[in-house]
Amino acid sequence: MQRKKSRYIVSYSILLILICVFVLLSICIGSVTISWKEILNCVWGIEKERTYADIIFQIRLPRAVAACLLGGALALAGYLLQTFFHNPIAGPFVLGISSGAKLLVALTMVAFLERGVKLGSIGLIVAAFIGSMLCMGFVLLLSKVVTGMSMLIVSGVMISYICSAVTEFVVTFADDSNIVNLHHWSQGSFSGTTWSNVVCIGVVVGITFFYVFTLAKPLGAFQMGEVYAKNAGVNIKRFRVLLVLLSSLLSACVTAFAGPISFVGIAVPHLIKQLFQTAKPIVMIPACFLGGGVFCLFCDLLARTLFAPTELSVSTITAVFGAPIVIIIMIQGRKK
Amino acid sequence: MEKKEYYFHAKGLKVGYKKKPLIENIEIPLKKGEILTLLGPNGAGKTTIIKSIIQQLEPLGGVMYLDGEDMFAMNRKTLAKRMSAVLTNPIDTEFMTVEDVVGTGRYPYTGKFGILEKEDKRVLKESMELVHIVDIAQKQFSEISDGQRQRVLLARALCQEPDLLILDEPTSYLDIRYKMEFLSVLQELSRQKQVTVILSLHELELAARVSDHIICVNQEGVKGFGTPEEIFSEGFISTLYGIKVGNYDEKSGDLELEAKKGKPEIFILAGNGTGSALFRKMQRKRIPFAVGVLWENDLDYPVAKALASEIITVPAFCRISEKKIEQAKQCMKRCGRVVTTLDLSILQDYGSTLRELYDFALQNQLVEEK
Repeated sequence: MQRKKSRYIVSYSILLILICVFVLLSICIGSVTISWKEILNCVWGIEKERTYADIIFQIRLPRAVAACLLGGALALAGYLLQTFFHNPIAGPFVLGISSGAKLLVALTMVAFLERGVKLGSIGLIVAAFIGSMLCMGFVLLLSKVVTGMSMLIVSGVMISYICSAVTEFVVTFADDSNIVNLHHWSQGSFSGTTWSNVVCIGVVVGITFFYVFTLAKPLGAFQMGEVYAKNAGVNIKRFRVLLVLLSSLLSACVTAFAGPISFVGIAVPHLIKQLFQTAKPIVMIPACFLGGGVFCLFCDLLARTLFAPTELSVSTITAVFGAPIVIIIMIQGRKK
Repeated sequence: MEKKEYYFHAKGLKVGYKKKPLIENIEIPLKKGEILTLLGPNGAGKTTIIKSIIQQLEPLGGVMYLDGEDMFAMNRKTLAKRMSAVLTNPIDTEFMTVEDVVGTGRYPYTGKFGILEKEDKRVLKESMELVHIVDIAQKQFSEISDGQRQRVLLARALCQEPDLLILDEPTSYLDIRYKMEFLSVLQELSRQKQVTVILSLHELELAARVSDHIICVNQEGVKGFGTPEEIFSEGFISTLYGIKVGNYDEKSGDLELEAKKGKPEIFILAGNGTGSALFRKMQRKRIPFAVGVLWENDLDYPVAKALASEIITVPAFCRISEKKIEQAKQCMKRCGRVVTTLDLSILQDYGSTLRELYDFALQNQLVEEK
């Protein structure tokens, strides 16, 4: 028992330290490199140059915070979906939920922009949520017909392709001025995040996280399978509805602000389980959230700096690190 | 509310999948602390009945009362504190230790976050001790053997502190030692803690030993409900399972493969249980044989009756009549070979007649070494 506890403490500390390190690095590194000293000066308000302060507080810090929060949200959504489907490679991206959200956001954006109205944060989230729920509903219907973990994923990927195709179609025929913005967003990126976005993300993700945390107990019982969970007194119907709603809301929030980001939802929960050597939801929920934050901060940092000043989409980087992990999981599954 | 004559009472229960009734008119009246076994061939619906009792499947009709209360009207958590189950569903428990798995049984008792309190830990420890898994408590659930898993799942069910315990073929993966240990635990629970137990079994002989009541189902529906003595009447099991090849003896629980019947080629002078092994050997070698002279209360009698092509018997506690001796002599001659499994030196009183027969065989040079 004692060994386990100290393992948890050490692992949590590692994650927290990594978050701090990556946030700092995200602030320092970029097309303009800012030294530690200048950051401190900005924080104390004695920096003469406004541009540095602006870069830090208006561009890099909100972006880093958003990457952290949205990464956490993605990892958590992945963890919930994996528990729900009893499938270690389920996730918002693989199941097509992110793409559904993307499609609806793109449609709404184009429709609104043509009328000259700019869509607010809440509007984006609502559109993304509706898109997520539509795709989730579709996946749920399919999951009743298709059996086996790989078939579910295949149907998810198909849904994802259909949605992406329609999105591309819409983007291609949208007005020129909107295309650049939309195209960039539909590839997945944290760039251009403002503080008002961050506040909105914080509120939505914060509330959802709280609700997920209160589900820790039934989640634990659900790991033993639905039948045993029901036998132990879990209200299965209510629990399932909550899981679907919460995971859709989380992935919708991410898609609304950063576009679809791949593999975080699968890779992070897996890595966290290995790190903590446990699957206890009460440990996993905060750990996945922190882990997702670390992973996205790290990938965003690479995306920004690898070929600076050209910026890669975050999904490119997350796929490079995430896809091999999915392959490893599938090989392990085979062995069992 | 129903009159509390029975602790668990299923009345007119109708079960099946997707609105298609599989078994109807199931009546199960059980008093507190009794053990009921479901018997029947594969695919007859034992598991369907069990799934319906634990409400994994919605019954298509009828009612079930637990301590006088309608089970369907009960709150899930209240029900979870009174009924728990051991099922055959495969479970995937990454990173869960045995202790974690057993601990999930405390679900209806723990608070908002499912943290185990002192009382929970006491029950957890007690449950693990009862099924002897304390020494593997820290092992990963995925790494233990099937037999151990079954006991861990029983401990999990016990953690719910149930009054009614439901088990679906709990002994299927266990070896003989753990089968007996497992059923002993169930018996202890029912006798000492007054836990009412409903289980399905494949092992007839174990069902006959452990059950207070047995309910039999086959493709045609419920074929009987009663005490083991009532159920294991001659021929019932063969009818229930539709046994066409081989033989099941209800009294002794002996199971024999299909006998090779025909003109007997060897006469076996047996008795006192010494012959059964040889009878079975003959069956394996596909040699038809005759047996005599057996008292009908002899240990060899059920096996001989199932396997021998010809058998000469006398009623229990009786003298062997001249007629029977003559019959046996004729049979020996017809067979041409005689073997005995008896220790002839200990035969006395009525038994000395058998020595007479042996001497007859010797004189006619029919005796053969085994």
